[in-house]
Amino acid sequence: MLNVHSFESLGTYDGPGIRLVVFLQGCNFKCLYCANPDTIECKGGTPTSAEEIVSMAKNQQPFFGKKGGLTFSGGEPLLQAKELIPVLKALKAEGFHICVDTNGSVLNDFVKEALEYIDIVLLDIKQMNDERHRALVGQGNDKTLKLAQYLNEINKPVWLRYVLVPDYSDDPQDLQQLGDHFGGFENIEKLEIQPYHHLGAHKYDHLGWKYQLEGVPSNTAEQLDAAYKLFKQYFKEVIIN
Amino acid sequence: MSKIKDMFRDGLWNNEVNVRNFVQMNITPYEGDSTFLCGPTERTQKLWELCKEAIKEETENNGVRAIDTETVSTIAAFDAGYIDKDLELIVGLQTDQLLKRAMKPYGGIAVVEKACKEQGLEVSDRVKDIFRNYAKTHNDGVFDVYTEEIRKFRSLGFLTGLPDNYARGRIIGDYRRLALYGIDRLIEAKKEDLRGLLGPMTDDKIRLREEVAEQIKALAQMKDLGAKYGLDLSRPAESAQEAVQWVYMAYLAAVKEQDGAAMSLGNVSSFLDIYMEYDLQKGIITEERAQEFVDQFVMKLRMVRHLRMNAYNEIFAGDPTWVTEAIGGRLMDGRHKITKTSFRFLQTLYNLGPSPEPNMTVLWSNTLPENFKNYCAQVSIDTSSIQYENDDLMQSTRQSDDYGIACCVSFQEIGKHIQFFGARTNLAKTLLLAINGGRCEMSGKQMIEGIPALTSDELNFDEVMANYKIAMKEVARVYNESMNIIHYMHDKYYYEKAQMAFVDTNPRINLAYGIAGLSIVADSLSAIKHAKVKVVRNDEGLSTDFKIDGEFPCYGNDDDRVDNLAVEVSGYFNSILSQLGVYKNAEPTMSILTITSNVVYGLKTGATPDGRAHGVPFAPGANPMHGRDKNGAIASLNSVAKLDYKNALDGISNTFSIVPKSLGADEDVRRENLVTMMDAYFSKEAHHLNVNVLNRELLEDAMENPGEYPQLTIRVSGYAVNFVKLTREQQLEVISRSFFDRM
Ligand code: SF4
Repeated sequence: MLNVHSFESLGTYDGPGIRLVVFLQGCNFKCLYCANPDTIECKGGTPTSAEEIVSMAKNQQPFFGKKGGLTFSGGEPLLQAKELIPVLKALKAEGFHICVDTNGSVLNDFVKEALEYIDIVLLDIKQMNDERHRALVGQGNDKTLKLAQYLNEINKPVWLRYVLVPDYSDDPQDLQQLGDHFGGFENIEKLEIQPYHHLGAHKYDHLGWKYQLEGVPSNTAEQLDAAYKLFKQYFKEVIIN
Repeated sequence: MSKIKDMFRDGLWNNEVNVRNFVQMNITPYEGDSTFLCGPTERTQKLWELCKEAIKEETENNGVRAIDTETVSTIAAFDAGYIDKDLELIVGLQTDQLLKRAMKPYGGIAVVEKACKEQGLEVSDRVKDIFRNYAKTHNDGVFDVYTEEIRKFRSLGFLTGLPDNYARGRIIGDYRRLALYGIDRLIEAKKEDLRGLLGPMTDDKIRLREEVAEQIKALAQMKDLGAKYGLDLSRPAESAQEAVQWVYMAYLAAVKEQDGAAMSLGNVSSFLDIYMEYDLQKGIITEERAQEFVDQFVMKLRMVRHLRMNAYNEIFAGDPTWVTEAIGGRLMDGRHKITKTSFRFLQTLYNLGPSPEPNMTVLWSNTLPENFKNYCAQVSIDTSSIQYENDDLMQSTRQSDDYGIACCVSFQEIGKHIQFFGARTNLAKTLLLAINGGRCEMSGKQMIEGIPALTSDELNFDEVMANYKIAMKEVARVYNESMNIIHYMHDKYYYEKAQMAFVDTNPRINLAYGIAGLSIVADSLSAIKHAKVKVVRNDEGLSTDFKIDGEFPCYGNDDDRVDNLAVEVSGYFNSILSQLGVYKNAEPTMSILTITSNVVYGLKTGATPDGRAHGVPFAPGANPMHGRDKNGAIASLNSVAKLDYKNALDGISNTFSIVPKSLGADEDVRRENLVTMMDAYFSKEAHHLNVNVLNRELLEDAMENPGEYPQLTIRVSGYAVNFVKLTREQQLEVISRSFFDRM
């Protein structure tokens, strides 16, 4: 059984085409800007069987068109890699296109097996600078870089995702470092810049948590443009999502 | 027929009145994209500016620019009227002045008097005298005959919006006939029909003979109407400009004579395209001119007005006229009906800006050219002014490829078929009868007999369902009786002779019943079945509230446990209706549609077992209740798609609102996703989709600053309205609906 937080049947941002996004409960990071803080706790969520998810996907199949499919997001979906495997198998047997949206911090045999059924990994890189990564996430970026390396080795298609938080992750030096590190990865198909927004802020109140990025403004068009130009030097496709 | 015989390919249409055949023989399907389209000419822009000024005046003057209180409107009652004669390529107004409204007292003199009074005007003594003392009206006839029971069901809100004090509308004349044949030929054909209508002289036969005689008179009057504008309508149209003009004159005759709730145009665009293609090929006109004809025609359609009382606004908000034009679809032979003029019609939404009228309805088939689908999606994203209907489904179920959309969503074969409009009944309130021993939950009045009292205040599904079925049967019976009376009287006192002149003699008729509150019923039954629901009753023993303990699935999440209840109830009610005899042997159909009456229904319906409080508006049409569709847009669409069109042949309306960014990050992706969504939705045999692509904040701003949004258009339930023309309650209801958003 997968522990599911919620579904979004019209996912248009998490992979190609229209997607059924399955948000899994539980995350091992605690990003300051997390827009789904209610998915962080490992408790809660609804146990959901592979059959249920396959049947939802089948009902939605015509909407996936030529490109769409399912995306497992969260939370951190790979925390449930073991439970994911049978679900992914069943979905693959029906021919669905599958993405996973991960912070990249989990790499074990279950993850390796799960990856066999996954078409594209949406890999969130929070920060290249380890110290700032810690400030933003609560831990270092070493694990994420390790998974990235592994994905490169097995030549798994990857879309990098990068949230551009003013003052926290928009220093040109850090962006450059990211470009230097990943620019040569042939398996990276594109990089998505995700503008920072505080739309999830109200959920913090609800949880009784403090929203620590209070007062951080949204990106200006110039900031987005500068980041875009910088990344464009390294990656064949860069989009602002 | 002389000249046009040389212009077009021959077929059956030469020897009989058969526009469908003419279209089949001569249509030029277009596969290309929208790059050929032209913007508005200077002349069009000038003319539209004059219209906008008049609209502004209208808005500032309590929604009515002027009323003629002397003249009883008939086909040829008014002198010619112009916006600016020198600028007009397509002429004709309903009265002698732009946006001046006309009296049509055959629907009911009291209604006309009230509508005038509300604008501070008095109907002339002469007209009052005639209609109070000598001529009888539809409204008089109906109320002479209504039973006590019908009156009670009507006033307490079980039956709402019945066309007993306004004209029923819904009939679509085949206005193309005037262009293709001219009046002389059409009169000849009707005279021939009349000669064939011989004894025995039963009621039916006598009535039909009288109707055809009326139609012939109407056609003769149309000739006079044309003459006032210097047009010789006795002969067929011989150019693109004339074809547009002739079609418009036929339609104009209809809206001069009748003020039906919905006065659809039909499916004229691809017919007109045949003339446009001919003139373009011959070098007689340019693309710019072709677009100009369409722009000016559409402008005229936007200027159609009817005289309404304020109360009318409750059920039909925003002063709609439902000039519904069906665009696209396919022919039975497999070709599609997309022509350049299909594009030109949609292009008016850019050239003149967005608008609710004409009610642009795209007949969607998954096999339509991708270029056209993409253009539609773009126009939807930019204007929120289009609705879509499933052509594959309607064509195969109804076996016709030449149909229009009556009113909001209803199939009607053009020139062969008509409809009797049936408004709707409140199935949620009917459910409360099942829980209250047949009494109205608000007034306490005994509405129906034979409903046993419930054994427990904790609701039992089987017990409620059994009672509900009895209640539905009784409500259906009363509903049917009211319909038979209304349509008998409408035929008798306010017969649509102008429209019927463009319809085959003795057409097939559908009686279009309707239901409201389906999502509330489904969720209520689901709550009773899957959770524990307890009734809270007042001193009189009437339900005032429901206490729900536990979770239950809600309609709108693609969950069969509840979606099947919606399917079952709509199927059951439809089956009961279809067993009841109908005036003129009409075939009963049913819609799941509310127009904007979902707000009024909310007020007239007490608390329901799904947890909805008294007064909370219903969801529009077949939509899930606001905020209960938790799994996003597609799960919601999937739920609605499960409703069976065969059990609701009059149409299943679904209004879909989405914020632009939810469709994707950039323009191309949004367009592509919207096309994919519609292909998918209709592949599931769903019937209809209103598409709104806009931000809630925009609507909120428009509420505060209406002056800045005169053309802001939003699809509501089978039609579109100017958002700023809705009442505050209706605006709030629209804003409270599910806007599918990313977060
Ligand atoms: S990794 Fe994702 S889900 Fe986890 S805390 Fe960070 S943003 Fe939230």
